[in-house]
Amino acid sequence: MANNTDYLLAVEGLTVSFDGFKAVNDLSFYVDSNEIHVIIGPNGAGKTTVLDLICGRTKASGGSIKFRNKELTAMKEHQIVTAGVGRKFQNPSIYDDLTVFENLEISYPRGRSVFGALAFKRDAAVRERVAEIAEMIFLSDHLDQRAEYLSHGQKQWLEIGMLLIQDPELLMLDEPVAGMSVNERKKTAELLNRIIQNRSVLVIEHDMKFVEDIAHRVTVLHQGKILSEGSMERVKNDPKVVEVYLGH
Amino acid sequence: MTRNPQNGLLGRIDGDVAGILLLAALLVVVLPLGLDIFRLNMVGKYLTYAFVALGLVLCWGSAGILSLGQGIFFGIGGYCMAMFLKLEASSPEATKIQSTPGIPDFMDWNQLTALPWFWEPFHSLTFSIVAVVAVPALLAFIVGLAMFKRRVGGVYFAIITQAFAAILTILIVGQQGYTGGINGITDLRTLKGWDIRTDEAKLVLYFVNAALLIGCILLCLYVRRSKLGRILVALRDKEDRVRFSGYDVANFKIFVFCFAAALSAVGGAMFTLQVGFMSPSFVGIVPSIEMVIYCAVGGRLSLLGAVYGTLLVNWAKTMLSESFPELWLFAMGALFIGVVMVFPNGLAGLYQQYIAPRLRRPTVGRTTIPAAAPIIPPHTAAD
Repeated sequence: MANNTDYLLAVEGLTVSFDGFKAVNDLSFYVDSNEIHVIIGPNGAGKTTVLDLICGRTKASGGSIKFRNKELTAMKEHQIVTAGVGRKFQNPSIYDDLTVFENLEISYPRGRSVFGALAFKRDAAVRERVAEIAEMIFLSDHLDQRAEYLSHGQKQWLEIGMLLIQDPELLMLDEPVAGMSVNERKKTAELLNRIIQNRSVLVIEHDMKFVEDIAHRVTVLHQGKILSEGSMERVKNDPKVVEVYLGH
Repeated sequence: MTRNPQNGLLGRIDGDVAGILLLAALLVVVLPLGLDIFRLNMVGKYLTYAFVALGLVLCWGSAGILSLGQGIFFGIGGYCMAMFLKLEASSPEATKIQSTPGIPDFMDWNQLTALPWFWEPFHSLTFSIVAVVAVPALLAFIVGLAMFKRRVGGVYFAIITQAFAAILTILIVGQQGYTGGINGITDLRTLKGWDIRTDEAKLVLYFVNAALLIGCILLCLYVRRSKLGRILVALRDKEDRVRFSGYDVANFKIFVFCFAAALSAVGGAMFTLQVGFMSPSFVGIVPSIEMVIYCAVGGRLSLLGAVYGTLLVNWAKTMLSESFPELWLFAMGALFIGVVMVFPNGLAGLYQQYIAPRLRRPTVGRTTIPAAAPIIPPHTAAD
């Protein structure tokens, strides 16, 4: 049984199986407050599944996920968001038919009930916060543009912005720099370094250079299990890791 | 109006309000002056379907929830009104030749000797008016709760609404003694002593109907302009993302489904008042699909487009049925195929693409939009 812990996020004995195939098998790891925790691993290691489990998209077959000692496995997606967990998807997941402003406004944490949304007023507080976030994600000049017409990198930033406006305590990012140009990648690393203040971040990433730049702690997943864990330095020199992953 | 974020808030308000004023002028001034009372009453009948189309614009156009059972709510709204009128027409004096005087004639023919319990409250006009909106909304709430909380959506939802439409028709036809069966509830005469069959009453009801319709358009406009309206669009495109923005998606779908149901029901009640009867032929699968076509022809993304679409399709239906009765069904099928393949955003889409840019050209300097840019990229409508 998972007991109460001081960790922000405590994943213990987490298991999920799809038709007998254990995508994640008896997984345990912890994320501290203000920690940047990176999960790496070869394709099919179960990285994205772990994020899906934490944010409630996939239901666990066993084990527990505790966020500030609240059990997440029994909660619905929107309740997990309200509890303070934000998730960025691998492919930019934004609202194409809405403008950048509206995308951010929808993510603003107020008026989330049906009648709250009907009565929602676009007041100064909302406008200021949207402007502030837009500035941060380099999209100040695009607020009135339909999100559909943004470039791939801009879409990724917009989704990060949508998370920031939620102000989650735990931010989960699934390959935030995948498909970005070198220039965009640099700007994103800069952006991430700025937004991690006062929150924990759980990142899945393939780009080793990027991981080295940001990670406090690294977990290597392989076939749904932890292969190695620790600082990037330690993990990099672990012969098991070299064999299945880094050596390739 | 079709979503057009590039146009800026000012442009949108101008466009919408101007469009509504134009429609109001058409309905309240032009048509009453130009048509005799028989045709005007017919337009009034068409306009009752426009309430359904408005509901579909929100439910289907905005939120992407296709309901093929809006006839259910139109019908229930109509039946609630018809029950009140029927009871008023079935006073003991008026029905003294029946074996049980004081109950509706069809009950007497079906050997019922007392008014069923669920008919009793319909002696009250206030109750009936509340029921017109509340009963369909409650039914929509129950269906919505059962479906959307389990995340049933898309085609499955559409099929289930069809099944409900079929069930309700069978129920109404089968329970003849309680519902009037296949003939429906007919021979409605007065509303609180006011004879609704006279030309004068038809004229008044036409204006009441037009006013209600404009009111409902404004209400829909408010909903679409609120954050809830934008959430509906968001969940049409990326339902999952909305969940992870912290919203309980099912509640929003239930709301819009109930809202559309209530609108349809208002239309149904006005239908009963203007046409003078209600029958299961307005409840089932075929009328429900016809109502979707009205909305599709007008443009499922546009409130005003849906109203014009309803008027146009019904007018065509009447004209064609008067000259070639057997052709109408084929024409309707062709129309649906045509809309889907050639102009998926309906008349409103064509207007936005070809006419609106020309109208806007002189003011380009003020609105800073390239006038020639198509407002809706053609591919967005197809999915």
